[in-house]
Amino acid sequence: MADEVVLLDLYGSMFAMRVRIAFAEKDIKYDNREQDSVNKSQLLLEMNPVHKKIPVLLHNGKPVCESLIIVEYIDEVWNHNSPLLPSDPYHKAHARFWADFVDKKVNDPARRIWLKKGEELEIAKKEFIEALKLLERELGDKTYFGGDKFGFVDVALIPFYSWFETYETCGNFSIEEHCPTLITWGKKCMERESVHKSLADPKKICEIVFTVLRKKYGLE
Amino acid sequence: MAEVQVFGVWSSPFVRRVEMGLKMKRVEYEYVEEDLKNKSDLLLKYNPIYKKVPVMLHNGNILVESLIILEYIDEVWEGPPILPKDPYERARARFLAKFIDDKCASPIWKACWSKGEEREKAIVETTEALKILENELKGKKFFGGDNIGLVDITANFIAGWFLGLQEFLGLQILTKIISLI
Repeated sequence: MADEVVLLDLYGSMFAMRVRIAFAEKDIKYDNREQDSVNKSQLLLEMNPVHKKIPVLLHNGKPVCESLIIVEYIDEVWNHNSPLLPSDPYHKAHARFWADFVDKKVNDPARRIWLKKGEELEIAKKEFIEALKLLERELGDKTYFGGDKFGFVDVALIPFYSWFETYETCGNFSIEEHCPTLITWGKKCMERESVHKSLADPKKICEIVFTVLRKKYGLE
Repeated sequence: MAEVQVFGVWSSPFVRRVEMGLKMKRVEYEYVEEDLKNKSDLLLKYNPIYKKVPVMLHNGNILVESLIILEYIDEVWEGPPILPKDPYERARARFLAKFIDDKCASPIWKACWSKGEEREKAIVETTEALKILENELKGKKFFGGDNIGLVDITANFIAGWFLGLQEFLGLQILTKIISLI
């Protein structure tokens, strides 16, 4: 029986992009279902009753939620090619740590950059840059976070790259000025088909943020 | 130096998790008590990003973050499994463990230590989160089924730590989570 693989998606979500990259790396075919974040579908509410958020992977009808958990699930189930996590337990733990760091220390300040103004915006920028600098140090002179191979931490972080233009516009700063190595890494990742096919268009994200989201939150 | 060292504080449920995992696998370890008001150079060296416990050392490998350490323990040592073998069940266990850390630990702490409106809000959040967990137990002996697993270890603090705090602070926040206790 063929596998039924469905992704509940939302254009522009970095978390959903992670899952799409993982699918593309493994060459997995799936049914992509764009969701409405305001009028949430019955399917989304049923499949993720706890958080009511995307992304949700439905594999033969069974839901898997939370992007990094989904990516690990994909890596374990479709283990025939392109491993995303290392096999060595210590290197695996190291990869999990840095992917988790992106969620804990990059995501929230990044969000505040486009959501806030004035003093709060400046604080968000500072925290965001500090977190990126730590990631840059971790990357060092490696091609990818995993070394020679594109892996879990790269998948976790690269979707934020598609939002860099938005952050720079909102915050009036240049990320490359602070973290040039990270920009080089981002460009390298974008050369991969799995990445450039899965990431949202930075210009479209900017447009959505300025014409819809910031208005919604009373910023425009 | 022992093969395995755990840096912790006696009061931390996150440290307890790591010790439970090691004990399940019957791994001997050396425990080092830290003073969080006066963090040791070693702790700051091993966990420069978060500067927190637990930290586990194994043959020169430095591990931080309790859930990440538990997965490492499960992968390195034989013995009763901490995570299920089936990928879907593993994803489910990871989801619940993360839910406990993101949605239970913080509101429970706030419910105990904050005041007024903040406390009221935290009590509501705590009750909602714990109801979700209780629903997950659904008449099973443990979150892991017949045996203790990742989620049971992660949720352990709810029984021990939280109830102890409740009594100590003279609060009565939990009224309806019988099966969790």
